[in-house]
Amino acid sequence: MSYIKPSFRHPELPVNELGFTQQQYEGSLSTLCAGCGHDSISGAITKAIFELSIAPHNIAKLSGIGCSSKTPTYFLGSSHGFNSVHGRMPSVTTGANAANREMVYIGVSGDGDTASIGMGQFAHAVRRNLNMMYIVMNNGCYGLTKGQDSATSDIGSKSKKGEPNPFEPIDLASVALQLGATFVARSFSGDKAQLVPLIKAAIAHQGFAFIDVISPCVTFNNNPGSTKGYEFVREHLAATGTVDYVPMKQEIKTEYAPGSSTEVTLHDGSVVHLHKTDDKLDVSSRRSALALMQEYKAEGKILTGLLHMEQNSRDLHETIGSSNKALRSLSENELCPGTAILGSINDSFR
Amino acid sequence: MTMTMKKTIHSKNDLVIKFANVNGTGSASANNLFAKALFRMGLSVSPKNIFPSNIQGLPTWYEVRVNDKGYLGRRGGIDIAVCVNPQSMAKDIKEVSPGGYVVYDNTKPLDLRLMRSDVEFIGLPLTQICLDEYQDPRQRQLFKNVIYVGALAALINIDFEVLTSLIGEQFKGKEKLIAPNVHALDLGYQYAKNHFTCPLRITVERRDNRGDKILIDGNTAIGLGAVFGGATMAGWYPITPSTSVIEAFEKYCKRLRVDAGSGKKNYAIVQAEDELAAIGMVIGASWNGARAFTATSGPGISLMSEFLGLAYFAEIPTVLVDVQRTGPSTGMPTRTQQSDVIACAYASHGDTKHVLVFPATPKECFDMTAQAFDLAEQLQTPVIMLTDLDLGMNDTMSEPLEWDEARAYERGKVYSAEQLEAMSEKFGRYIDSDGDGIPYRTYPGTHPTKGAFFTRGTSRDEYAIYTEDGAEYVRNMKRLLKKWETAKSYVPAPVIDNSGKGSDIGVLHYGTSMAATLEAIDYLAQEGIAVDSCRIRAFPFCKAVEEFIEQHSTVFIVEQNRDAQMRSLLVNECEINPKRIVPILNFDGMPVTAKFIQQAINSRLDINKVTPIRKNTTSNKAEQ
Repeated sequence: MSYIKPSFRHPELPVNELGFTQQQYEGSLSTLCAGCGHDSISGAITKAIFELSIAPHNIAKLSGIGCSSKTPTYFLGSSHGFNSVHGRMPSVTTGANAANREMVYIGVSGDGDTASIGMGQFAHAVRRNLNMMYIVMNNGCYGLTKGQDSATSDIGSKSKKGEPNPFEPIDLASVALQLGATFVARSFSGDKAQLVPLIKAAIAHQGFAFIDVISPCVTFNNNPGSTKGYEFVREHLAATGTVDYVPMKQEIKTEYAPGSSTEVTLHDGSVVHLHKTDDKLDVSSRRSALALMQEYKAEGKILTGLLHMEQNSRDLHETIGSSNKALRSLSENELCPGTAILGSINDSFR
Repeated sequence: MTMTMKKTIHSKNDLVIKFANVNGTGSASANNLFAKALFRMGLSVSPKNIFPSNIQGLPTWYEVRVNDKGYLGRRGGIDIAVCVNPQSMAKDIKEVSPGGYVVYDNTKPLDLRLMRSDVEFIGLPLTQICLDEYQDPRQRQLFKNVIYVGALAALINIDFEVLTSLIGEQFKGKEKLIAPNVHALDLGYQYAKNHFTCPLRITVERRDNRGDKILIDGNTAIGLGAVFGGATMAGWYPITPSTSVIEAFEKYCKRLRVDAGSGKKNYAIVQAEDELAAIGMVIGASWNGARAFTATSGPGISLMSEFLGLAYFAEIPTVLVDVQRTGPSTGMPTRTQQSDVIACAYASHGDTKHVLVFPATPKECFDMTAQAFDLAEQLQTPVIMLTDLDLGMNDTMSEPLEWDEARAYERGKVYSAEQLEAMSEKFGRYIDSDGDGIPYRTYPGTHPTKGAFFTRGTSRDEYAIYTEDGAEYVRNMKRLLKKWETAKSYVPAPVIDNSGKGSDIGVLHYGTSMAATLEAIDYLAQEGIAVDSCRIRAFPFCKAVEEFIEQHSTVFIVEQNRDAQMRSLLVNECEINPKRIVPILNFDGMPVTAKFIQQAINSRLDINKVTPIRKNTTSNKAEQ
C-alpha cells in the first residue's frame, strides 16, 4: 500500500455540474492491503457520486466494523461519516435517515458485518425499505482478524489456511430478495464498468438498494481453491446485462438491440436502462431474479448485474407518514405544544 | 354472619384496600374508577398495580391506600380485601389484618377452611346478580366489577355522585354505556345498603388534599415530557414496564404533532427489532441533529451497553429512559426495583460513565425528560433517566405539569453554516476551545466544504482523524473527565431537607423511595428522633451530596436493591469510607414502606446506642 498521497493534481481536471472535481470526492489514503478489492469499490463510489453531481455534504456514509467498514474514510472526505458498531450500521442509518430524509445515505458493510453479527439489523432495514444504498464488500472472510471464514464463504471453498469451509453459505442477494428488497444487484470489485452505473442507479432508487460486491481479500482469500479470489471470480462471472443510468435531464443516446433491453423510470424521471444478456430475466419480478440466480449457481456461475428493481417503491418515511421536511429542521415552535395545551392535559388527569 | 372479634379496625380516611382479580376480566377499569373517585373526593390516594407476567386468566391485584396526611408510599397491611378471584382467595384472605373485612362473592358458599374468626366477611352475590340482570356473558363478567365498586360506595361511604359523574366522563361519546354502568353501580350500592350496616367501621370522608394535583402515571408523564421537550424520533423495543412510555409519546404525538395541512407527522417512531437497534436508531438520529430517545428496562440496558460506550466515546447525545424492574435476567419482570443503578452508571466496556437522573414523581418525570434532551445535547453524551415500575405504571398524585413559555431548548455547542463559513482555521470536532471539556459539533449536511468529520468509536485526534497514539488517547480521555466535572453543574441538584435542624442523622434516598422515606422521617420525628434527608437526583453527584454526608455522623441510604448500588457509587466516586453509609435495602419486588425504613433506622440506632438528640446539645456518638 501507498502511504503518501500525491498533492499534485492536473490544474484542468474536469468538474461536474456543481463545479467539483473528482478529487474533491476522494477521501484519505487507504490503509487496506495493496490490491484489496475494497479500494476499487471506494473508487467506484467516488466516481459515481462525482458523475451524479451530488454535493458531498448532502451525503452521509455509515459503516459497521471490519476492513470494509474502514473504507468510508477513503472516499467522500467532505461528507460526514460514521464508523459505528459491528453489525449495527443499519440501525444507525435508520435513525439518521429518520432525522433528515433530505440527504443521501450510503451504508458500507462486509460479509461478517452483515451476514453474521448484523444479520438481524440487515433484515429489518430491508423490511422497512429504508432509503439508502447498502453495499456489502464481500470477500468471504474476516480480514481484520486474519482470515477466518465468514458466513458467505462457499461450502468447500479454501482460504489461505487450506481448510475447506464445511458450512453452507448465506447468499445475501437472495436473502435481500426474499426479504422484499426493492433494488438488488450483485457486482465484482474488478468490474468498474458494471459497478459505477449500478451505484448510480442504487442511489437514485427511492428505497433500500442493495449491492453485493464480491471483493477479493488479497491477503487471506485469494488463493487457489477459494471461490472469492480474483481468478476464480473472473472465470465464473456471468452478467445479467449492461446497466446504464441516465439522469432525467439527459437524452438516451446509446442504442440497444431491440427485444433485449428494459427501462425503469425512477421517481425523479431518471432512467435505468438494462441491456440484457439473458432474456429470461425480468427485473421487475423478484421470482425471476431468484430463479435465474439459482440456475446460474447450479452451473457454477456467479450471476452479476442488476437483478431486481421495483419502480414504485415506497420508503420508510412514506410508509409511516412522517413529514416531508427533515424532522431535524423543525423548530421549537413546531414541536412544543405550549402551556395552554399542557393545562388542558393536566385537566384530563383530574 | 356474626362472629365475636377480639380486635376491630376503626378508621376514617386511613385505609388499605386490596382487590384480588382475574387478568383480562375488565377489573382494571373498575378499580381505576374506585381510586379516581377517592381522588375526586379530595383524598390522598395511592393505587398500586400488583400484576404477574400474564395476560389473561391468572391472578392480578390492585392495592389502594388512602390517608389524610398526603403519604403516597405503600403502608403495608390490608384493611379490606375484595376477593373476586377463587384461585388466590386462600392467600388473599390470610393477608387481611385482624379486625379487617373480606368482601367476597357469596354466590357459591365460601370454603369453610378459609374462614377466619378475626375478620368480618361481607358476602355479595356478584355472580348471581349478573346472571339475573344480564344476558350477554361478557356483560355478566364486566359488570361484576362495577357492582362491587357500587357496593363499596355504600360500605365505606364513597360519594355516589362522584362515581356517576366519573362514569359520565369515561363514556363520553359512547353515551349508550352510561346508563347500564350507573345501573350496575346502583345494584351493588343497594345490595350493600339492604344487607349490611352501612357504612362499616372503615370509612372515607371528603377532604381538600387534592388542590390542583393530578393523578397520572410516570410513563405517561415521560411521554409528554418527550413531546414538549422536542423529541422527533423514538426507536424502541417492547419491554415491560417501559412500553407505555413510547405508547404515551405516540398517543400525544398523534394528537399534537400532526401537520394540519399535509396530515404528515412531525415525528417518527420506529419499533426496532431489538434493543440494540433501538439505541442505534437514537444515536443515528441524534448524530444527525434530531432529538431522539428510547425507553427500556434492565435487560434492554444490557443489550444497549456496547452502543452506550460508542455514544460516550464518540460524544453523541443519547436520551434513554430505564423503567427499572426486578432483575437480574428476567427476574420478576412485573415487579419494581431500583437495581440498574450501577449497570447504567458504568454501562459499556472501557472507561465509561454516564449521566443519570432520578425522578421521584410524575412531575419530575415530565421535567427531567425535557431536561434530559437539553443535558444530552449540552454535554454531548448519553443521559439515562432511571425510574421504575412503581412510578412508571401506577397512577400517582402529582403536582400539575408545567411548561415555561420563556424556556428555549438548549441545543448545545453546534456550529451553524454561517459560523463555519466565517471560520478561518480548520474545524476540529474534539478541540476543547472553551476549557469545559465540551467540544463543538456539526450536523451532517451543514456546509458544502467545511465542518465534515468522521465519527468513530476508535481513538482519534482533535480533528477526528484516526490515531493509535497513546498521548492523543490520554488527552481525549482526560478531556472527557473534564466534561464529567462540568456535568456536575448542569445536572439536577439534590433536594436537601434539614428540618432535623442540624440532626446527626441523615438519610439519603432517590427515586420512588422518596414517599416512604419522608413518611418514615415523620414517624421518627413523632418518636423524638430528628432526621435530615437528601434526595439524590443525578449522577455525577453534586458537591452538596458529599457535603450532606460530611455533615451527618450517621448516614443511611434507602435503596430498592440488594447490593446498595447507589452507596457503591457514592463510595467509589466520592471516596467515602463505606462504613459511613448504612444501607436500608428493600428488594422483594414491592415498593418499600415507611415502617420498613423506620424499623431499620430504629434498630441501627439501638445497636449503635445513638442518642438521637440534636448536634448542638450533645457530643457525637454515632461513629463508635
